[in-house]
Amino acid sequence: MSWRRLWAIVIKELRQMRRDRITLAMIVGIPVIQLVLFGYAINTNLRGLEAGISDQANTAGSRALVMDMLATGVIAPVARADTPEGLMAMLRRGDISVGVVVPPDFERRRIDGRAVAQILVDGGDNTVQGAAVQLAQVPIDSSIADSRAPMISTPVEGRISIVGFYNPQRRSAVNIVPGLIGVILTMTMVLFTAIAIVRERERGNMELLIATPLTSAELMIGKVLPYIAIGLVQTSVILALGRWLFVVPISGSLFDVYLAAGLLILANLTLGLLISTRAQSQFQAMQMAFFIFLPSILLSGFMFPFAGMPKVAQWLAEVLPLTHFLRLIRGVMLRGAGLGEMWVDVLALLAFIAVMMAAAILRFRKRLD
Amino acid sequence: MSAGNDGVAIRARGLTKRFGALVAVDHVDLEVPGKHVYGFLGPNGSGKSTTIRMLCGLLTPSAGDIDVLGLNIPAQAEALRRRIGYMTQKFSLFEDLTVRENLEFMAEIQGVPRARAAGRVGELIEQYHFSDRQKQLAGTMSGGQKQRLALACAVIHEPELLFLDEPTSAVDPESRRDFWEKLFELADAGTTLLVSTHLMDEAERCHRLAILDQGVLVADGTPGELTRKLAGHTFIIETDEPRRAQRALVDAANVLGVAQVGNTLRVLTYAGDEPIADGAQQYLQQMLRKAGQPASVQAAQPNLEDVFVAVTRKSREQERMA
Repeated sequence: MSWRRLWAIVIKELRQMRRDRITLAMIVGIPVIQLVLFGYAINTNLRGLEAGISDQANTAGSRALVMDMLATGVIAPVARADTPEGLMAMLRRGDISVGVVVPPDFERRRIDGRAVAQILVDGGDNTVQGAAVQLAQVPIDSSIADSRAPMISTPVEGRISIVGFYNPQRRSAVNIVPGLIGVILTMTMVLFTAIAIVRERERGNMELLIATPLTSAELMIGKVLPYIAIGLVQTSVILALGRWLFVVPISGSLFDVYLAAGLLILANLTLGLLISTRAQSQFQAMQMAFFIFLPSILLSGFMFPFAGMPKVAQWLAEVLPLTHFLRLIRGVMLRGAGLGEMWVDVLALLAFIAVMMAAAILRFRKRLD
Repeated sequence: MSAGNDGVAIRARGLTKRFGALVAVDHVDLEVPGKHVYGFLGPNGSGKSTTIRMLCGLLTPSAGDIDVLGLNIPAQAEALRRRIGYMTQKFSLFEDLTVRENLEFMAEIQGVPRARAAGRVGELIEQYHFSDRQKQLAGTMSGGQKQRLALACAVIHEPELLFLDEPTSAVDPESRRDFWEKLFELADAGTTLLVSTHLMDEAERCHRLAILDQGVLVADGTPGELTRKLAGHTFIIETDEPRRAQRALVDAANVLGVAQVGNTLRVLTYAGDEPIADGAQQYLQQMLRKAGQPASVQAAQPNLEDVFVAVTRKSREQERMA
């Protein structure tokens, strides 16, 4: 072994690395981004779950119970409803993930030792269900000054009942599979289009194409269309396997499932197009796609519950198409909601698509300079 | 109509392209007559590709005016694209499509009318000898075959003007001759062709040519005109030790270039206003004797390579003096 030759290789590697700006960015960027994202996203100690309250008793005791629950910090009230049905509708739309129901005969039940309240929880996310259990540990009588009843300061098992909606058996496949559609589409679709265009530039095809009457829009839309079909095939494969292997239900309409998938596919394809107008090589395109993929997985709510993340991470997540898709697909597949009920997320995806497509077409020049 | 109303297909004035501090093309004036094969001769990096890209609207000039087929470029580049064919320096067709698929794709993109497209593709497959290779993937073909396919694709919409950027630089001599035959067929049919090359034998085939050196147009005219106008004399020197003889002459005054060709040396001298080569011949013999390398010096017919050496040398000297 010649130290001189070995050293020559080392120096050459370092020189090339210094000139490859994206690789250089990855050396520092990946650890920083990973650390920050994981650090913020992983938060199994859930706080501030969006909750709806329906206090039908509205007595001093019931109000105290609700206050105790809020004091845990696990839930944050965002809505009130007169009836449990009202809460269930909010739950289905995804407006809240926890509902607290105190029945009109709260005082009677408390004295009789029956269940005094009900926690309705969206079982689509197992971590949220776990948080509800924590919530049910609130001592019922400690804060109630009532001379007629004996003081019970320890929580009594079963006095607050938990009703898990949409996934009563708490099977994780039910939670994971709908999200997996989104993750797989994000992983593949961004890369497909990004690489499809950069490859043509690398191979010299692009110089030939831009010297023809072909317009930017024709080229861009023509590139995207076949991949929409491919994305829908992928969606079908995941849905079918989820159904047969893991018995994942599709509570809502199948049409809505495909519509939501179509929106995510378009969002990712247009993002891929935008990357392709920037990337100089296929490898660069893959690196850029990776930078999108990482936060998508960590922040979208696929791995860790959205509510557990700090505000900044949540804002960042709102920019990612996967976040909105997860809300839609869980709503449709698990809770049987319609896309119309979750129009905000539909609108967010549409806006993302429009902005990305316009930016890609504007950035793509039929020029070499 | 193959050209503007005065029979000129391309006219450029003061064409300049800067990339940062580098001036790739420097105030080039150009006039390409219609229905001709017009050559761009120059070494690598002389600005041939950059000029072609500006002429077909792919690069925006830093300065200068371009008129191609009566259209103002780059403003009317889109309208021009329907009327030109462009063959890139690097093979730019789809290697993972077959010969026929490539032709069909280009017919669609170039807007060949539906009714005509199928016939046109068949016609080109026939003319360009691809009948037994229609289903072969383009990527698996030889260099010469690829270039033939690229040419077929470039003319699929029967363009009035064809740009070819070093079309045969990676092709064997046999295929090159076939390729040029096709180019002359196209010119006969009324197409204007602009071909860049760094090969002298190719440049000699052009009807007219321009010599580019470091972004500057240093000479233009027909190959005959250029050799006639050559401000120098060419000699063949036969010697047993060509390398030593070369060393003796290379730095001598008035010697523009010395090139070894086998056992002989080809020497180009600067003639100045002297039309007769005798003086130069004696001068060379003298120089060789002085170096202890006596050899026979014969006057030779100047060729395009001599022209090329003379004009590029001159432009470099002017640059040094400036």
